[in-house]
Amino acid sequence: MPDQLIFAMEVTLNGLMAGVLYALVALGFVLIYKASGIFNYAQGVMALFAAMTLVGIMQGQVPFSHVINAVFGGHITHFGWTVPSFVAILMTVAVMVLLAWLVQVLVMKHLVGQEPIILFMATIGLAYFLEGVADLMWGSEIKTLDVGLPQGINLWIDETTFGIFGYGFFIDNLDIVATVIAALLVTGLVLFSQYTKQGRAMRAVADDHQAALSVGISLNFIWVLVWSVAGFVALVAGIMWGTKSGVQFSLSLIALKALPVLMLGGFTSIPGAIVGGLIIGVGEKLFEFLIGPMVGGATENWFAYVLALIFLVFRPQGLFGEKIIERV
Amino acid sequence: MLDAAESYVTEDGRTIGGVVMEMKNITLRFGGVVAIKDISFDIREGEIRAIIGPNGAGKSSMLNVISGFYVPQEGEVWFHGAKRPPMKPYEVARQGIARTFQNIALFDGMSVLDNVMTGRLNYMKAGMFQQAFWKGRAEKEEVENREVVEKIIDFLEIQAIRKTPVARLPYGLKKRVELARALAAEPKLLLLDEPMAGMNVEEKEDMSRFILDVNDEFGTTIALIEHDMGVVMDLSDRVVVMDYGKKIGDGTPDEVRNNQDVIDAYLGVSHD
Repeated sequence: MPDQLIFAMEVTLNGLMAGVLYALVALGFVLIYKASGIFNYAQGVMALFAAMTLVGIMQGQVPFSHVINAVFGGHITHFGWTVPSFVAILMTVAVMVLLAWLVQVLVMKHLVGQEPIILFMATIGLAYFLEGVADLMWGSEIKTLDVGLPQGINLWIDETTFGIFGYGFFIDNLDIVATVIAALLVTGLVLFSQYTKQGRAMRAVADDHQAALSVGISLNFIWVLVWSVAGFVALVAGIMWGTKSGVQFSLSLIALKALPVLMLGGFTSIPGAIVGGLIIGVGEKLFEFLIGPMVGGATENWFAYVLALIFLVFRPQGLFGEKIIERV
Repeated sequence: MLDAAESYVTEDGRTIGGVVMEMKNITLRFGGVVAIKDISFDIREGEIRAIIGPNGAGKSSMLNVISGFYVPQEGEVWFHGAKRPPMKPYEVARQGIARTFQNIALFDGMSVLDNVMTGRLNYMKAGMFQQAFWKGRAEKEEVENREVVEKIIDFLEIQAIRKTPVARLPYGLKKRVELARALAAEPKLLLLDEPMAGMNVEEKEDMSRFILDVNDEFGTTIALIEHDMGVVMDLSDRVVVMDYGKKIGDGTPDEVRNNQDVIDAYLGVSHD
């Protein structure tokens, strides 16, 4: 087999894995958009906030220690204990649910029935606010996150592929774990929305608020639920990305990578978010591999956006989005 | 005049029970506009009660007050002998008051069956985690709810479109699916906001038949709003007539038909 083809296969595999991570972020957007019609600009910051909270809890950091020290004097930074990662994850889930409730009670509740653009602006505000709170709470330095996920080259794949092609593929264990977790998460979400009472209610609210009220669904409750689920997805994405590249501000920018994924997959489709993520992941890696050398490389930075632009021109509703038909 | 708790038997042999819902001196304002002025009336168990009136009379507002979508500035709503505190629409729905809307409000992303199933949400007791981990009970519940829903689907003759996404249905059928969803909640009081608006004669006849059958078969108490005088007079046991937010008539169809104020409101009156 020619070397080029073997490399291309390795690149494709890596692209698929990267795509899963993009899809994870995009999922959070789709969930909120479907249920409440809000494009949640803060989804990326929520992932950052979740990852920072997780690290902070695990390391036994005192939240708001800078503020406390500045006001009362003193130098407390840590409680002096560490929390096992599993417990810390559960505690972070609780924090994200609390955050969801606060967002609903303090912000979204007062904007019911407003134009989508106003809700969107509110989430931009939320993004900046949350970013500031995250820094205040846990400090702005770069942190490493290690919840015990396997990392580094998968030797089994390396050896097997070496046996077949005479060249060992480099596949990161973390990417494999991310893929499995993403698959579980999506399966769980689909089962939840199709078969549970709350899932049905969520879909009902997404379709028609008035009708949902008339069958006895509390909008408030459903929105808290939706923001909680989005917070949970953000936490999963935060753990994966945080483990991969450290917990730092740039984590919140993965939201920007999710935008082209959404343009491709459509804002309203969960399968769309996954397929869109995979296409972008594979597309940008292969493009960099095949075309990159001809144009001087660094195509990964813009490939996704150009692809999204092309989609916007020819298929604005995305691959799986609901077609917009205007009746006349 | 009948006592509130007394029941009577109609000419066609149905038993009408005591008062289930009573509106006392309801006034509803939107800023300076008074949509409902000091209106009182009651609804008896098992009856078909119509609210009629010209455009802008405040009929839909009245229905929205009953279903909790609007909160009146003055007046009291009594349901099953107790004064109802101000409630959110979903709380009213959970008390057993189901409704349909003038401009159809269905869940467009779902099939007919799923739409009707949402009417059963309040009968699903198994929680999220039970549904995920303890299949037995949740499954039994699902089966029971499906039975009720299928019965209603049969009753309203929409079996053929069970799996069709509602967005694809014609107007008349959408109205029927909405009725099915409301019925699935097995309501104590069913509110219909212009169930026959925009329908042709044949569809109107179908809908009238369904309303009568629902009332007869399930004994459902129904309050409905309608423009079409002929339809209302044939369907209902008692009629409230509204005009410019005021009540101008209340009684059996015959009484209302001969009420001078009602005739004036509908036919107009010369002012010279």
